[in-house]
Amino acid sequence: MLVLTRKLKEAIQIGDDIEITVLAIQGDQVKLGINAPRHIDIHRKEVYLAIQAENSAAAEAHEASLAELTAKLKQWKQR
Amino acid sequence: MNIDTKYHGTVAVKDEDIIRFPHGLPGFADEKRFVLLPLADTPFVILQSVKTPALGFVLIEPFSYFPAYEFELDEAMVEQLDIESERDVAVYVILTVADPFDNTTANLQAPVVINARKRIGKQVILSNTPYKTKHRLFPEKAAT
Repeated sequence: MLVLTRKLKEAIQIGDDIEITVLAIQGDQVKLGINAPRHIDIHRKEVYLAIQAENSAAAEAHEASLAELTAKLKQWKQR
Repeated sequence: MNIDTKYHGTVAVKDEDIIRFPHGLPGFADEKRFVLLPLADTPFVILQSVKTPALGFVLIEPFSYFPAYEFELDEAMVEQLDIESERDVAVYVILTVADPFDNTTANLQAPVVINARKRIGKQVILSNTPYKTKHRLFPEKAAT
């Protein structure tokens, strides 16, 4: 991993079109500003990992459970 | 062309039925082509991978189950999905089917948004949203 030290208001340029600037530092929190093209998705890492994990869990569904789930939904909707 | 599927056996699909996911889905980056197959006698629609028969996500239309659900697509998403009109957009959420079924959840934080006209799809990760990856489909059971 490349490691760079930056101060407040300093930036890092990645490739031709991605720029990351240190906007604020407060205690153990760092606020970053990111300029990137619109086709680049930017997410908090833990959020992205949570979505990945949820997708993996969601891919495990089985046909039998879907039939039972449908029955349950119908019951529930009628209440 | 015929594809093998998780829930529908072998299905004939036309090129124009295929929805492109240019970036795949989180965790499934190599899966870039899907078809939507309604599952008979259920409210579910399966997002079936064209290349991987065993990969089919269970989707529902969120608004009948979560009437207050709403989100805004930012400019970058509108551009990526090449959306010209709201009418072209279909929104689904992915279910995580649990055993017991009461614990089944919907991922409202990352809806699947499809430009039906252009046949482009994306699982959009909402930021600065109150929605989570797990919302119970049967909320009144949460108390017990």
